[in-house]
Amino acid sequence: MNQTERKPVIEFEHFQFQYFSQAEPTLHDINLKIYEGEKVLIVGPSGSGKSTIGNCLNGLIPFSYKGEIEGNLKISGKETQEMNIFELSKKVGTVLQDADGQFIGLTVGEDVAFALENDCVPISQMKETVQEVSDIVDMGKLLKSSPFELSGGQKQRVSFAGVMVDDVDILLFDEPLANLDPATGKTAIDLIDRVWKESKKTVVIIEHRLEDVLYRDVDRIIVINDGRIVADMTPDELVAADVLPKLGIREPLYVTAMKYADIKVTSQMRAGRIDTLDIAQIKEPLQRWNRKQKKESAGKDRRLILEAEHLSFQYTKKRKILQDINFKIREGEMVSVVGTNGAGKSTLAKVICGFVTEDEGKLLYYGEDLKGQTIKERSQKIGFVMQNPNQMICKPMIYDEVALGLRIRQVPEEEIGAKVDKALQICGLAPYKKWPVSALSFGQKKRVTIASMLVMSPQILILDEPTAGQDYHHYTEIMEFLKSLNDQGVTIILITHDMHLMLEYTPHAIVISEGKKIGDASAVEILTNEDIAGRANLKITSLYELAIKAEIPEPTTFVQNFIQHERRTHRS
Amino acid sequence: MKAKLFDYIDRDNFIYNLSGLTKLVCFICMTFSVMFSYDIRYILFVMLLSIIFFWMSEIKFKQIKLMTIYVAIFLLMNFVLTYLFSPQYGIEIYGTSHELFRITSRYTVTLEQLLYQVTKITKYASVVPLGMIFLLTTNPSEFAASLNRIGVNYKGAYALSLTLRYFPDMIRDYQDIALAQQSRGLDMSKKEKLGTRVKNVMNICVPLIFSTLDRIELISNAMDLRGFGKYKKRTWYVAKPLRKGDWGAMAFGALILAGSLFMSFAVNGSRFYNPFI
Repeated sequence: MNQTERKPVIEFEHFQFQYFSQAEPTLHDINLKIYEGEKVLIVGPSGSGKSTIGNCLNGLIPFSYKGEIEGNLKISGKETQEMNIFELSKKVGTVLQDADGQFIGLTVGEDVAFALENDCVPISQMKETVQEVSDIVDMGKLLKSSPFELSGGQKQRVSFAGVMVDDVDILLFDEPLANLDPATGKTAIDLIDRVWKESKKTVVIIEHRLEDVLYRDVDRIIVINDGRIVADMTPDELVAADVLPKLGIREPLYVTAMKYADIKVTSQMRAGRIDTLDIAQIKEPLQRWNRKQKKESAGKDRRLILEAEHLSFQYTKKRKILQDINFKIREGEMVSVVGTNGAGKSTLAKVICGFVTEDEGKLLYYGEDLKGQTIKERSQKIGFVMQNPNQMICKPMIYDEVALGLRIRQVPEEEIGAKVDKALQICGLAPYKKWPVSALSFGQKKRVTIASMLVMSPQILILDEPTAGQDYHHYTEIMEFLKSLNDQGVTIILITHDMHLMLEYTPHAIVISEGKKIGDASAVEILTNEDIAGRANLKITSLYELAIKAEIPEPTTFVQNFIQHERRTHRS
Repeated sequence: MKAKLFDYIDRDNFIYNLSGLTKLVCFICMTFSVMFSYDIRYILFVMLLSIIFFWMSEIKFKQIKLMTIYVAIFLLMNFVLTYLFSPQYGIEIYGTSHELFRITSRYTVTLEQLLYQVTKITKYASVVPLGMIFLLTTNPSEFAASLNRIGVNYKGAYALSLTLRYFPDMIRDYQDIALAQQSRGLDMSKKEKLGTRVKNVMNICVPLIFSTLDRIELISNAMDLRGFGKYKKRTWYVAKPLRKGDWGAMAFGALILAGSLFMSFAVNGSRFYNPFI
């Protein structure tokens, strides 16, 4: 690859940026060239400045977010500070993270046409372009659908089409995988890859889910930390270079497995993608490691805390949301409920909390039927934590927020004080007792919402997507915290489609698909079962693929061994 | 859980296929013509037309049942209240008094009053079907486009379209937040005292406002990135090109308006039709 001959389309030169609202620059001395037709992945932990780089590229900085720029940023040879956001939007097409929030039109066709409308393109020509571009992303037959009828993945395709109508040179994807389930994420990466290959555009992807992006070819990976570029290399070199774990970015799981087996990862192994991985040299050490692992004895059975018997629910007669669901959850378990969007997993949580009432079947809490108990009564047994803490927090001060549930129940103020202190302490928020909520980070807000449930001392906590949109560092922080709660005896049910979370933290997984339970086993068994994983829009874990490649006799046991090894080494 | 503001169903007939602009123009013309005139003959004529149009548009009665009931109640109340507050207004307008029967000296029922009030009711009764036709046969996305084409600033018109787009999302947010707060013990049911309930609703509004602000930031960024506001004008994907039928319909609307003005100024000499002289 002779880079000097290629034309750079993005050039950062000693680029520095500082938001007016911040004391320190967010980006320091960025020097980066991205060439025409390249596919580049930008990774970095939350707050590293990777999204800021994206915003500089598409012009939201300095158009919407004001700040001070030093140095130069040229796009297609032209200084961006001399262009306005409209001019830039003709060169850089941005697909934002939240596919639902950026859906502007009332139908697919309108949304795709939005940029053309603003350019005063005549209607006949506009309709033609919209049809053409929508066909590329396989949405051409759904031009009249409203956003409410589309899945998350489809909405993302629409956003994608919406920027492609402009025939931009550069496609910028800001965390394209954040709100998608694993299987849909895979299709999204495929689509980006297809468009990149067919249209020869320059593609920049900002994402922290490295392994999922590396499912398809990437030319280069740029690693950002603390506003600086710390690595700029090919995927094969990067996974061999051992930079990622230090920064709190998760490397592909199969690479971690190789390291556990004391394999020195080199770029010659081509470990950037599992497809290209040269298995011949590492087969032997992997098999040896696998033989060495001992089976851990299963814990003894504890009391049943929550049982569902033949649970069914429907909003209207036509569509059954839940059909004949049966499960048993034991005291002190950590369980994940997984399935596609709309499979019924959120509805199941709503039925358990009493937000809606089951049509048939029953729920037993320590053997006692929950029928007829109100939301308020159930909330002392079962706490529900929503995905977005901003949707739950309604008091400006942390203390008041946590105390709210007790105050409503007219608990005397002295008792409240003690209980709130304890909940804050468990959640690691004791130092912030007198702080306003607005001063907290996302993860800390999440803890506030958990604390506000814990004060009512529920035995079960249900959390909806607790780690959505979090990088590996914050993900670990939240999950380790939940694990510690679990160790103190709280039964935890997680609604999720994060496969890492399932594998690492929840020994027990319940899979729901189209309102029916299609799997109820250990997470390892589920994620190595192609049929169940496929129907639930999950994918087979790369550990399993690695085991198959390395010709390990029982691949499922290999995955199990990996998880056990990880638990032993990480949590001691 | 689809929350739709207008129950728009796509059909294929003359009225549906007219452009939103045409329907808006005709609606304004015909509304103005009946609002201006107090000639019951002309109003009945327009009312007949609006019923014919309504029939042509194939709107199902089911769609408008609720609205019809509200309108009927409103008309009835309007009729009674008008009589209670100004029982002699008809005499004042028409200048004559043909007494039918007498309740008290103030509340005498006269032909003039009856004519005045019946005229008023027919005015509303002829406008309401027109409004329903406009609302129910125009694709919501086309509203903004038609408003813009009669001269409303497109940024303002687009705000309307965005409201339609995000209203259901906000309802969903509200429901989610309400559930979460109820699980903490906020009682929203009628069991709670009104004061407490109002306070509890406030507790839902705070997170709702914050999540809505997040949404607004995102959407305005998304719009900027795709060039919204670049030029003084924009085109509309949903705008239907004006065809022969549209021009015909608009000419018809204008004719109705002209007819109303002609009746008032040339035939009756005033806005009122007076059969009593």
